[in-house]
Amino acid sequence: MARRSAPEVNAGSMADIAFLLLIFFLVTTTIETDSGISRKLPPWQDEEQDPPVIKERNIFQVLVNANNQLLVNEEEMEIEELRQAAVEFLDNGGGTGDEACDFCQGPADPSSSVNPTKAIISLVNNRGTEYGTYIAVQNELVAAYNQLRDREAQRLFGTSYTEMEARYNDSRTSEGAKETLKERIELIKDMIPQKLSEAEPTG
Amino acid sequence: MSKFKKKSSEGQPAISTASLPDIVFMLLFFFMVVTVMRQNTLMVQNKLPFADQVEKLDKKDLVMYIYAGKPSPRYQQRFGSEARIQLNDKFANVGEVQQFIFAERETKREELIPYLTTALKVDEETNMGLVSDIKQELRKAEALKINYTTKQGEALQNMQ
Repeated sequence: MARRSAPEVNAGSMADIAFLLLIFFLVTTTIETDSGISRKLPPWQDEEQDPPVIKERNIFQVLVNANNQLLVNEEEMEIEELRQAAVEFLDNGGGTGDEACDFCQGPADPSSSVNPTKAIISLVNNRGTEYGTYIAVQNELVAAYNQLRDREAQRLFGTSYTEMEARYNDSRTSEGAKETLKERIELIKDMIPQKLSEAEPTG
Repeated sequence: MSKFKKKSSEGQPAISTASLPDIVFMLLFFFMVVTVMRQNTLMVQNKLPFADQVEKLDKKDLVMYIYAGKPSPRYQQRFGSEARIQLNDKFANVGEVQQFIFAERETKREELIPYLTTALKVDEETNMGLVSDIKQELRKAEALKINYTTKQGEALQNMQ
């Protein structure tokens, strides 16, 4: 007798098996968030150090209390206004002579900062402050810096600062292009340094 | 007779499902590829706050994760509802953060240690007291690069 043809394997249940696996992976997949606000902590110091003398006009003080309310330069403020207030403070440009700021567009108010390189934002929060609020405040302050940096980058190089940073971090950018980008980023960073000081929380 | 009647009289041909497994397999492979298995099982509530001025953490292997928040409901009986820190797979005290950082450093190549970043995945309802305790410990351990992990979105949503 000639060889019998092998009976065909029924593939009808293949779809079921694949569905089962599919549903398993669907359920177990968690999209991990891996972006956030990057910060650099100051190094630990054993001894108390004398704080450097800073003129009061160059300090933008932000206090957050345990009820998540903001006190900015001794006035109550809503979080929505914080970004604009910070931009106005940094961009004031009230300095003369050595401290003059040649790109600031602020009103040169004598009670506000002299130069973005001198201006310091001081953030103090309470131990009872909610983390969400803290992040919102941080976010607004970083946004204020980014807004000014974007403006200056736009004026000098015709592209925004965040765009340049994104291109710099992109692995597809060539080495040569990275070199110029780095130079430009450093220049902007020197013009508007992020001076955000955080004190230990109160209470 | 009308067209429709004629057809039905012949009996509709069955739709072939032979390609269904292929389609499903394609989806399956897609999910298999994009799935990243969680390194740690979360034992704390972890509803991250929103922010829009974010930077991406690109080198996954150079990131140390510290979780903090209230214990999840099923751990609340044993550990209470006070916010706790989670390192690897267990709850930890503030004092153990330094040890954790040193242990993580041990596992990395020496030349990569300066690039290590600590990602803080903290629940948005946690009090800042705990977070600043962690930060003090990180300063002592000289792990100065940190990243507050957030979700992409309007930061004002945190205030509601």
